[in-house]
Amino acid sequence: MPEDPHSLVASYALDALDEREEKEFEQHLALCERCREELAGLREAAAALAVGAPPAKPTLELRQRILDQARSERQNVVPLRRPRRWTPVLAATTAIAAAAAIVLGIWATSLDNSNDPLESVLSKPGSKLVSMGHYGGVAVGPDGQAVLALAVPPAPASKTYEAWVIRAGKATPAGLFSGRPGTSIVKVSKPVGAGSVVAVTVEPSGGSPQPTSKPFVLSGAVS
Amino acid sequence: MDRDLAHLTDEAVLSLVAESDDEALAELYDRFGGVAYGLALRILRDESLAQDAVQEAFLAVWRTADRFLAERARASTWILTLVHRRSVDLVRRQEQRRGEPLESAPEPVASEQVEEQAAIRFQRQVVQEALRQLPPDQREALELGYYAGLTQSELAERLGQPLGTIKSRMFTGLTRLRDLLAQAGLEESLR
Repeated sequence: MPEDPHSLVASYALDALDEREEKEFEQHLALCERCREELAGLREAAAALAVGAPPAKPTLELRQRILDQARSERQNVVPLRRPRRWTPVLAATTAIAAAAAIVLGIWATSLDNSNDPLESVLSKPGSKLVSMGHYGGVAVGPDGQAVLALAVPPAPASKTYEAWVIRAGKATPAGLFSGRPGTSIVKVSKPVGAGSVVAVTVEPSGGSPQPTSKPFVLSGAVS
Repeated sequence: MDRDLAHLTDEAVLSLVAESDDEALAELYDRFGGVAYGLALRILRDESLAQDAVQEAFLAVWRTADRFLAERARASTWILTLVHRRSVDLVRRQEQRRGEPLESAPEPVASEQVEEQAAIRFQRQVVQEALRQLPPDQREALELGYYAGLTQSELAERLGQPLGTIKSRMFTGLTRLRDLLAQAGLEESLR
C-alpha cells in the first residue's frame, strides 16, 4: 500500500519504525528537505521525553569503563587527523559515508545497521584498528570479527590475494580477494583473537592451504 | 591538568570531544549520564543491559563527535537520540520481554537519590507537565512507543487499533508536545 512517507516522521523520531519502514523512510529523508526540518524539531521533543524518564544513578564503574575504553581507542586507533598514508582510505570508505548520513538526518542507525562491514566492526565497543603499514589496516571487533581495509592494486592475472590469521606460528586461510583500484574492504573469514597477526599473500588463483610466499602485508599483533 | 569545563556549553564541550579530549567526554557524561541511564533503564529494565546501552552510546559520541559538529543541532538531543536508539536495539533483541504486558514498567530509583543539575530537574518537571496536557490516547502512544521500544505496528496490534490511528496519534502527540515545550520556554532554560 503506497502511503505518504511524510507521515512517518514522528514515528521515526520516536524510533518506532521496524527495520524495513526505517530504511524506506531514510531513503525518503535523503530527498525531502521538509522532513529533515520537521525531524529536527521532533527530535528535540523526543529527547525531552528522554529527560522525562525517571532518572537513575549509574555506577561509578560505568563512568570509568567508558573513559577507559575511550582512552584506549585513542591510543590504539590510528587517529584520523594524523596524516598517515591510509587516512584517505578510511576517510573515503567510512567517514564520508557516515558524515553524509548524519547530515541527511540519519544519526544513530548509520553506525549500527550499516551495510559497510568496516563501519559495523568499528562501531562496536572495544573494537580496534590495527595498522598494516602503508597499505591500510585491519579493524578487529571485541568478538574477533575483523575487516581489512587495504589499498592494493588488482591482483595480477591468475593470481589472488589471500588473507591469513596467524597465531603461534600457524597460518589459517581467512579468505580470498582480487583487489581493485581504490580500497578493498574485505571481511576476514576467521576470527582474529588476541595475540594473532593478520597477513596477506599473493597466491595462485583459487588460493593455497598454506602461504606459498612471504606476506607483503602484515599487521601488528592484535592486543 | 586542572581545567574547569563547567562554564562551557554542551556544544563547546562536544567540540573538545571531537578533538579526542577525554576530560571533555567525562564532562558530557557527568552532565547527561544520569538522564541517559534513567532512559536506558526505563526501556530495558535491566541494569546490565542499560549500562551496555549507555556505554555504546557514549562511545559512539566519542567516535563520531567530529562528524556531528557540522549538524549545528543540540548536543544533548544527539546524545539522547543515540542512547534511545541503542536501548531500543537491545530491547528488541530480548524476545521474551516483548511479550510482557505493557503495564509492567517499574519506576526506577526515586529522583531525589540522584544528583543532577537543577536545569535537568526543572526540564523534567516541564516535560511531565506537558505530557499531562496531552489527550490520553496521544500520551499513551508516545509513552508506549518511546519508553517500551514498541514499533508502531506492534503498538497497533497491542492496542487493537488500526496502524493509521497509531501513526497519527504519534504524529499529533509529538508535534503538540514540541509546541507545548516551546511555549513553556524550555529552549531558553537549557542554555
